[in-house]
Amino acid sequence: MSNVKYILGHFEDPDEMMHGLDKLLENNIGIYDVYTPMPIHGIEEKLGYKRSRLPIAAFCFGITGTLTAISMIYYMMVYDWPMNIGGKPSLAMPDFVPIAFELTILFAAYGMMFTFFYANHLFPGRAPRVMDLRATNDRFVIAIDAKTNPYPDKIENLLKDAGAVEVMHNERKYVSYE
Amino acid sequence: MSAHNESILREPLITGTNITYSKITDDVLVPVENKPNMAWWIGFGIALTLALTWVVAISYTFWVGLGVWGLNKTVGWAWDITGFVWWVGIGHAGTLISAVLLLFRQNWRNSINRSAEAMTIFAVICAATYIIAHMGRPWLAYWVFPLPNQFGSLWVNFNSPLIWDVFAISTYFSVSLVFWYTGLLPDIATIRDRASGFRRKVYSILSFGWAGSVKNWQRFESVSLILAGISTPLVLSVHTIVSMDFATSLEPGWHTTIFPPYFVAGAIFSGFAMVQTLLLIARKVMKWENYITMFHIESMNIVIIVTGSIVGVAYLTELFVAWYSGVEYEQYAFLNRISGPYWWAYWSMMTCNVISPQLFWFKKIRTSIWASWVLSIVVNIGMWFERFVIIVTSLHRDYLPSSWAMFYPTPIDILLFVGSIGVFFTLFLLFLRVLPGIAMAEVKLLLKTSSDQAKQKLIREGTIDAEQAEYYQQSLEKFDSVSKSDYAKT
Repeated sequence: MSNVKYILGHFEDPDEMMHGLDKLLENNIGIYDVYTPMPIHGIEEKLGYKRSRLPIAAFCFGITGTLTAISMIYYMMVYDWPMNIGGKPSLAMPDFVPIAFELTILFAAYGMMFTFFYANHLFPGRAPRVMDLRATNDRFVIAIDAKTNPYPDKIENLLKDAGAVEVMHNERKYVSYE
Repeated sequence: MSAHNESILREPLITGTNITYSKITDDVLVPVENKPNMAWWIGFGIALTLALTWVVAISYTFWVGLGVWGLNKTVGWAWDITGFVWWVGIGHAGTLISAVLLLFRQNWRNSINRSAEAMTIFAVICAATYIIAHMGRPWLAYWVFPLPNQFGSLWVNFNSPLIWDVFAISTYFSVSLVFWYTGLLPDIATIRDRASGFRRKVYSILSFGWAGSVKNWQRFESVSLILAGISTPLVLSVHTIVSMDFATSLEPGWHTTIFPPYFVAGAIFSGFAMVQTLLLIARKVMKWENYITMFHIESMNIVIIVTGSIVGVAYLTELFVAWYSGVEYEQYAFLNRISGPYWWAYWSMMTCNVISPQLFWFKKIRTSIWASWVLSIVVNIGMWFERFVIIVTSLHRDYLPSSWAMFYPTPIDILLFVGSIGVFFTLFLLFLRVLPGIAMAEVKLLLKTSSDQAKQKLIREGTIDAEQAEYYQQSLEKFDSVSKSDYAKT
């Protein structure tokens, strides 16, 4: 029993990497994850990832912002301390629109960003879960779990045929970041 | 994504031969991973000296009070608000490039968005210093927020455009910061994975643990798109609300409905000019000519000519409406601008903002680096005069002739303004040293579709119509980063 935990296929070209993904999936080999230096469209569909629900979160945060602004201004200007400005109504809705708009944007942006950080487990000081240091530079890396796909030679050949420049059999999952 | 090729008729966004993904990383990170060169030190030295001047001038202002400025009972807003509006306007280009151009799928934004966004943030910081200083007692600045207090609670007045402005500027700053930093995460991760020792630790913390996995990128793209979608109305709202500080008053020359669109166009105009000023130098000093190409420079000049013309039309509309309204105060306000004691400010504004940008109609001028740089400075000067004209010439002679007065800046006024430019450049130069000035991940996206080498390869393969290939080769002539002799052999 080998100690290899993950097999990494390094590609220099995103199209070749996509080709490699197709080959692996055709052979029923499960993909653990793919690490790329730039967003590659189409991987999500291949790997069957669902559409992100962040836009829905953003909408909900935005609406919260609108309601917060309107209720705050209503409480302060109409209920708590109404002012008589030339006998005009205290509930001057047009005047409240700019701040309601700004708070909508503020809540939507910050709410969505924190949801994004939470969903991806991103926070300052988190140890980076990086499998290969070049994946943020110029390599497109397909990671395959070697325990659930115990046929390293077949995987290596598939990757090489698809154009992988390097195939690594790693005994550690992540590059250590002490 | 990269399966299809872009039309050959489009000009390349990356020039140079043998550009690879790793070469992009290396080129962009040169200033971050190496000791700065002499040009940087000289620039930084000057900027830092000016920034220290600003610290002295602002401290003196806080210590003694606003009496050290040239304000008087009639002219209560002058260089402070001029500086504020000028800086906020400059800030608009960053968000416009990163948000509006993203929605319109303008790929040329990819190589200039990062430094333009940084510029936005620093410009808004400079703008905020003016507002806080203008409050007179900056330690009470929190009074602008609706916080419970012991006067009642007596709340801020939400009917006032000044309070709208507080919310608009603070939201704008916060959202721009988020947009900028989220976009930076993948690039910080790139620096982290190439660094070692202490630098790796610092960039590791800054990178928030970004790994570049499929889910990382999928959510990242989603966040970018939504942030762009909400920043687009935001950027339009900010200068609209700034203009309402003036337009909702009854002051002749301010009380006009044309202000919001006119201010927004002016903001984009001055912002692009500042991006031009900075990037024309940065691309030279950092040797980024292959990424910030002549096409980028020309595109920005086209934005400058369009927005400059909108501003020109707005000036003429103002004059016409003042005459057509039949209101004598309004008519006098504009007559006074043109021929009163501040005529030189009005005509400087007209020359710098309306007449000189029209030179960009000539392709020779539009594609000349020197001309672009000089004209970008001219536009910045013109936009400063625009705000000065709007503010001071309207205030100094209003309804009551007995209180007419002139405004003269004191040395502190001047030092504060020059100093704020120093603060801006200090921050920008530091940014170029510690963070990548070009969004690497986004530029890498363009390599296989929009680069010159990809297009030349297609031409060599002979799949392109000869006439179109010829058209493409001719369009390369203006690029200073492409030398024709490289292609002579193909």
